[in-house]
Amino acid sequence: MVLDRYARQRLFGWLARGAAALVVAVMVLVVAVTIYRGGRVFITDPAIAVTPPGSRYMLEAEGGFFHAVLGSVFIVGPATVVSAILAVSTAIYLQSDYSSERFSETVNMFLNVLWGTPPIVYGVFVLTVIIAVGAQTSLFFGIVAIAIFQYPIMTRYTDEALRAAPDTVREATYGLGATRFETALITVRAALPGIVAGIVMGFARGIGDAATVLFTAGRSTNMPAGPFEPATTLPVLIFDQAMSFNAEVRSHAYAASFVLIVAVLGLILASKLLAGRYARFAPGGRHS
Amino acid sequence: MTMTSPTTNATLTTENLAVTYTGNREVEAVKGVSLEFAANRLTAIIGPSGCGKSTLLKSLNRLHEIQPNVEIGGDVRLNGESVYDADEPVPEIRRRIGYVPQEPTPLPLSIYENVAYGLRIHGDYESKADLDERVERYLRKVNLWGEVEDRLDAPGAELSTGQIQRLCLARSLAVEPEVLLCDEVTSALDPVSAETVEETLADLKEEYTIVMVTHSMDQARRLADDVVFLYLGEVVEANDVETFFENPQHERTRAFVDGSAIPTTGAVDGEANGDGDGNERATTTDTEPGEPVVAER
Repeated sequence: MVLDRYARQRLFGWLARGAAALVVAVMVLVVAVTIYRGGRVFITDPAIAVTPPGSRYMLEAEGGFFHAVLGSVFIVGPATVVSAILAVSTAIYLQSDYSSERFSETVNMFLNVLWGTPPIVYGVFVLTVIIAVGAQTSLFFGIVAIAIFQYPIMTRYTDEALRAAPDTVREATYGLGATRFETALITVRAALPGIVAGIVMGFARGIGDAATVLFTAGRSTNMPAGPFEPATTLPVLIFDQAMSFNAEVRSHAYAASFVLIVAVLGLILASKLLAGRYARFAPGGRHS
Repeated sequence: MTMTSPTTNATLTTENLAVTYTGNREVEAVKGVSLEFAANRLTAIIGPSGCGKSTLLKSLNRLHEIQPNVEIGGDVRLNGESVYDADEPVPEIRRRIGYVPQEPTPLPLSIYENVAYGLRIHGDYESKADLDERVERYLRKVNLWGEVEDRLDAPGAELSTGQIQRLCLARSLAVEPEVLLCDEVTSALDPVSAETVEETLADLKEEYTIVMVTHSMDQARRLADDVVFLYLGEVVEANDVETFFENPQHERTRAFVDGSAIPTTGAVDGEANGDGDGNERATTTDTEPGEPVVAER
């Protein structure tokens, strides 16, 4: 069948709209079901997310899942800080005039491979380390695993943001007698919206990942007691809750998902606001 | 570092300056250029696109060194002192020989901080009041103060391109350079903004030694005291503006000034350049400069 140009244009238009609608529909469905079923749990038991679990929580839904909320905060928070510092430093090194282009390209290729590595591999890797040093699974090793997982994501984002910063900014600062370090700082400033977006993306991926912490943090059902004691995070908890024989515990999985989704959404909104403020200062910022 | 007041009488000379790009294919962009940029005069470097103007300009304060694969020969001297064999670190040289880029480029900072930036990195101010005073002084010098005094905290990027280019000039002047290198600073501007920047440059040349790359011959005629005609990386003619335009000494200069094809035989050992009449009077809409597309095949 031969279509004329305008029929082809219309056809493509409908296909594109259809694809977009499908994706949005699935997304809305996931969020809506989580909010609906998780919300129902919160209506009957509003304090569930801030109540420590009872000793028989997994069997009888005694108490709440505050241990996993705290575990997520204490594992993903420090991991994000550590990973962000390492990632931004690496990206500055790769993009600034400290390193050669060929070296940067090679490192970026490895980072892309790491990005595509299934998180369970990081989990198993850290587990081997734990066994090798004769330690036990704990909050600390959860942080290590999540930080390793976040690192390539944040580095690639930051690298792209720095790469997009105009070369003329570098030329201008060098022309004023700035050192390489001072020039790198200004470039970071110019790339800040993209860097913030990358860090938030790393955080969001880290807080949502179960596989990395599954073997490393200890899958604890108690409140986290210290950095070298077992802990758990929300995604691991959801996995355990969803496999429970107790219907009430299973319903708690929606409540935990609800907390997770709200946290990620809130964070992304906050980062948009933050990035928008810096974008005004970026060269050409008034256009974006 | 003690603070230097605007030094007058800074003379910049090049001795057999050669710049070679050693990337995938070797290109000698500037070939043994010996020039003197006289103190407190504005020297315009003109020539067709890709003749090495920008490369020559950037090699004067070693700015080309920020890109890889560049080799340099000969030397540049600022008041007789070697630039390439200097005791002081390169940033100190670039601070004494300032550079204003072609693209109006605000730093991702406020208007105030754009001007204060150089002073801050060099630590060249006594107090906040001193800094305020200098920022105002240099914004006035480029005729921008009146337009921005009530919004100094606004991002530099929110100004118009003509204002940004004057901001860039103020930023460069604030570190009190002895020489100012201007790389086609009006070519990215609309005609009205270009005129305001030109007026600013005309004022500034009383106090500074300015080297300006342009591919607008009219601009060179209006602004310059001396003109250097660069062709295929070599100096064809360097003269004061009247002699250059009214009584050019070389056939090629005459051709370039007339807007006819530049003869391919003569002083410069360049074979047929290929683009015969492609070298008419250069206009501001000309192709992107910077990349050395010197006759090579």
